[in-house]
Amino acid sequence: MIEVKASSLCSVYVQVGSLYGRSILELNLGKHLFCYISLEFPHCSLTVLLCSFVRCFDSQIIYCCGFVLAGFFFLYLAYSGACILTSLSLCSRTVEPLEYYRRFLKENCRPDGRELGEFRTTTVNIGSITTADGSALVKLGNTTVICGVKAELAAPAVDSANKGYIVPNVELPSLCAERFRSGPPGEEAQAASQFIADVIENSQMIVKEDLCIANGKLAWVLYCDIICLDYDGNLLDASVFALLAALKNVHLPLVTINEETGLSEVNLKQKNPLIIRKHPVATSFAIFDDTLLIVDPTAEEEDLATGTVTIVTDEEGRLCSVHKPGGSPLTGAKLQDCITRAITRHKEVKKLIDKVIKSITPK
Amino acid sequence: MLQGYLGEYTAPLIHGLIHVAVRLCRDAWLQRRAQAAPEERGERGDTSVLAGLYGPAEAKVSKELPDRAALEVLLRPKVGLPGVLERSREQLLRQTCEAVVLGVLHPRTAISLVLQVLSDAGSLLSCCLNAACMALLDAGLPLAALFCGVTCALQPDGTILLDPTARQEQEARAILTFAIASSDRKVLMATTKGSCSVEEMQQCLAAAQRAADTIFQFYRDSVRRRYSKC
Repeated sequence: MIEVKASSLCSVYVQVGSLYGRSILELNLGKHLFCYISLEFPHCSLTVLLCSFVRCFDSQIIYCCGFVLAGFFFLYLAYSGACILTSLSLCSRTVEPLEYYRRFLKENCRPDGRELGEFRTTTVNIGSITTADGSALVKLGNTTVICGVKAELAAPAVDSANKGYIVPNVELPSLCAERFRSGPPGEEAQAASQFIADVIENSQMIVKEDLCIANGKLAWVLYCDIICLDYDGNLLDASVFALLAALKNVHLPLVTINEETGLSEVNLKQKNPLIIRKHPVATSFAIFDDTLLIVDPTAEEEDLATGTVTIVTDEEGRLCSVHKPGGSPLTGAKLQDCITRAITRHKEVKKLIDKVIKSITPK
Repeated sequence: MLQGYLGEYTAPLIHGLIHVAVRLCRDAWLQRRAQAAPEERGERGDTSVLAGLYGPAEAKVSKELPDRAALEVLLRPKVGLPGVLERSREQLLRQTCEAVVLGVLHPRTAISLVLQVLSDAGSLLSCCLNAACMALLDAGLPLAALFCGVTCALQPDGTILLDPTARQEQEARAILTFAIASSDRKVLMATTKGSCSVEEMQQCLAAAQRAADTIFQFYRDSVRRRYSKC
């Protein structure tokens, strides 16, 4: 940005980014005329002092001198400014990623061209895994998450004889991102698994009593395996969406208990879809510099962010989960903004899921 | 008082190991907009968490961060091995503590916070938060702000109950836990169990922010009591 200020009659102040210089022509009260040029840079200071004594008080000559000197200065700037400007933008993304991001955030946009409240392109592919009872592949930009649901039979727990089980498990294998090492699940995977379990429980999307076949004897266990294939931020949103889509795709065979033998008989020809009562959708935000909230952060943005918030809403606008694991403090008003955005997002996602389910149901 | 009184402080061990025991006493005073049932007053459950803070100490090369302290939280349940639930709570506590601890003053060091659950009679997560903050305070780590944990239970009839007991938690249709910062009563951490409407969440948040004043006064009194003795 080049700023030129002409203050009073005889000084010109020029600023190019962080480079500035002054060309001042001062008229001393006495009989001397000083011309003082100073060029200052962030790294070195170069002061060139030009003194000229002019005993003439002719104002026209003074103005001419001032403009000539300013002209010299501009020429110099044009030459050096070009070099400095290119170096300023080159060092940013790798050397100073936060500064680079801040420049975009000031203009209310992000390096990939999105607005602060805009999501990446969401695509969903249902029923791709034929060996699973239900499956879905969700892509949120580059973040790819696949969910497979397998149903098995088990005896219900003693204290809840009329309830089945839903067991979610989120895996972050080392193929999805460099930061994840192979071995036992790390903290992020375990926290994500607990979050998904909480969402299922809080939203009551599947009531466990619906999974019971015979009270105290037989119930369904749904193993939901959510595997991240490519991690580019916003894992929780994609996982919840993949889980919802996969569960909508699940068809369970009818199981009856033969009264004489007491054994279960599975009728694979007759399959019924799961009863899904609620459709929770998660929306994640990243907090920058304690004030700015951006929606759907990428992996790079998550690393630079000072905090994250995830809001899960269902179709009635009720909050199933507010998950803010530490990070920058937020006021209640800012949380309210997040919730409003989450409710809007829910409508978009619900439309997408309905469209996909309709396209695969055999007519 | 949200919490009746502080339990015993153990004397500081060598190398700055501080143990803080926080006891939570049930009190009908904190039931806002609800009739206190006579049997609740008789109940005296205690949620106890022992917090031990170690650091800033030398970090393992694999764990050290070049520009700040690496904070680690370990939560040990009363029975059994730590599972996925403890891991997720550790993540909540760690990120809450990281937001207040000025880690940049101690680069390449490790700060370990170990929390042992002694007894659980409801509102466990907020008790852990309070214990963590008091341990940070007692150890003398540089902090940007203090924080306190408040649990709100939404009863089926819509009333808000602060600091619920285990039975109240089971009957409630939603339980919200907030960590409130001392500087401007902003929300540092939020986690919910069960579903609620947006207005109810805002009401619980407002109630929690009001209750935070009481807890911070309690911190002040406890610290004053401790340092006036010795």
